[in-house]
Amino acid sequence: MSATLSNPLAGPMRDSSVAGRLSRRRRRTNGIVRVLCGIATLIGLALLASILFTLLWRGVGGLSLAVFTHITKSPGSGGGLLNAIVGSLIQTALGTLVGTPIGLMVGTYLSEYARQSMLGNVVRFISDILLSAPSILIGLFVYAVMVAPAGGFSGLAGAVALAVIVVPIVVRTTEDMLRLIPVSLREAAMALGAPKWKCIVFICYRAALNGIATGVLLAVARVAGETAPLLFTSLGNLNWSLSLTQPMASLPVTIYQYAGSAFQDWVQLAWVGALLITFGVLALNIVARVALRARH
Amino acid sequence: MTVSQTAIAVTASSEIPTARRRSSAVGEAVFATLARLAGLFVLVLLGAILVSLLIGGIPSFRAFGLSFLIDTAWDPVKQVFGAAVPIYGTLVTAVLALVFALPVAFGIAYFLTELAPHWLRRPVGTAIELLAAVPSIIYGMWGFFVVVPLMAEYLQPHVIDTFDGIPVLQDLFAGPPFGTGILTAALILAVMVVPFIAATMRDVFLTVPTVYKESAYGVGCTTWEVVRSVVIPYTRISVIGGIMLGLGRALGETMAVTFVIGNTNRISTSLFGPGNTIASLVALEFPESQAGSLKLSSLLALGFILFVISFIVLAISRMLLPTAKA
Repeated sequence: MSATLSNPLAGPMRDSSVAGRLSRRRRRTNGIVRVLCGIATLIGLALLASILFTLLWRGVGGLSLAVFTHITKSPGSGGGLLNAIVGSLIQTALGTLVGTPIGLMVGTYLSEYARQSMLGNVVRFISDILLSAPSILIGLFVYAVMVAPAGGFSGLAGAVALAVIVVPIVVRTTEDMLRLIPVSLREAAMALGAPKWKCIVFICYRAALNGIATGVLLAVARVAGETAPLLFTSLGNLNWSLSLTQPMASLPVTIYQYAGSAFQDWVQLAWVGALLITFGVLALNIVARVALRARH
Repeated sequence: MTVSQTAIAVTASSEIPTARRRSSAVGEAVFATLARLAGLFVLVLLGAILVSLLIGGIPSFRAFGLSFLIDTAWDPVKQVFGAAVPIYGTLVTAVLALVFALPVAFGIAYFLTELAPHWLRRPVGTAIELLAAVPSIIYGMWGFFVVVPLMAEYLQPHVIDTFDGIPVLQDLFAGPPFGTGILTAALILAVMVVPFIAATMRDVFLTVPTVYKESAYGVGCTTWEVVRSVVIPYTRISVIGGIMLGLGRALGETMAVTFVIGNTNRISTSLFGPGNTIASLVALEFPESQAGSLKLSSLLALGFILFVISFIVLAISRMLLPTAKA
């Protein structure tokens, strides 16, 4: 559309002095902006490519079975990342399990019970702010209310911090998806005598399942890579530990500790960890997008 | 909705057996209460974050008073802590990041909405959005191992030589070319906020009614003129909202900044000089703080200040951006 409509002055007017000069200048400006915007887009794509290439280049060389079968060990003794990977899986899973039902209920409240109410608007506003709030502050918060009173860092505190981050993400997608459910569907359920909650649980949730699941996937992808909130809650642990009351290792924190170290094999392991986590997170994102697109 | 509810009330009273009606009324009450409690939980959560940081910071606020905000010292030996340097670093890096990110984000949004052929829009848009999904710590490593050497070897020595002897500029771009520093941190932050601003801009650009754009094309406007005189004025407020969202994100970034900013508690006149931000200072100093110490309290006080700043910026952003589709 734009291609055919944007140059109506091309043609006979081109050569008639003043109008022609003006038209040429305008088209030149248009051309320059076009090129600059193309360059901006290329910069964006080049940055992504550069990050992925760096990760592959530095990380693939260190990939081996030992990474997945050995726990972190002292420099030079050939450790792996097993405890960090397992710790990340446990905390991410637990955080998602705790955060998802809360986020689901908040999203339901906003979409089904408080669409126009004042309180609903405030909750929506606050939830959106939590969505972009600095994650390091969530870590400080959980430290202040859980770690300090309990007297020690724990995997459980890490999971709680991640759950706090999961909630607003699930709220956003749940509300958006429930709002897409047509009123006629709800009315059909109600006409059959279903109470409102059954209509929500058995009709609306089912119809919005794909979208809600997408939100959960995106939340998992987001918290799996979070480092800052875990520094003050689960702390990290170089030994094997599955106890939720003890400090627990996690992939991002281990990467942070290793990347800044002076030992070559630790830095190498940090790159392997970075490679694993980035491609895991990006894969989750792509799956979530494809799932959502298949629906609409 | 109201019509259907009345319809139910009528059926319920006449035909459904009493026991079943009662159980579904209980179910409804439980479910509605749960939903309301969840809604209130969000408010309590925000309040709890704010209050816990404030309470944690009280010993520090009490010890230093308002001068905490303007004191540049951070001296664990003398037990003197001030927030001026990290606040300065936080604001400068975030604002600089926006300055770098804005043109690129606008270019991407313009490309995705006006220039790109339709088959190209989705893959390019997705790629840019994936940039937002890369974890913060990965940006830190990438910045430290890729961007910092580039800055140290090429950009910084070159710029320092070029501006040597020119007043103001020679101070702004002075110092040994370590590669780390305020400018590098701002560049990394810029990369991190570009996808947020670009995605918001693209989404609001798409809300401009086609009729407006076509009437501009109809009187002979070029694509750029349509964007400048129709699209941007129409979406101005939302665009500013998107920029504030980017600012809010940049203010609280921790891991990426910690890797590249140099972590020095000093206000440097040079953009190549090292510095710190609230988030990077908290991340670095926290492990060395005793529970109950004045230092830990000062870190929590810093967290409180960061929370207040981000809250204001994000609240403005939220008010300017179009609300959830009705």
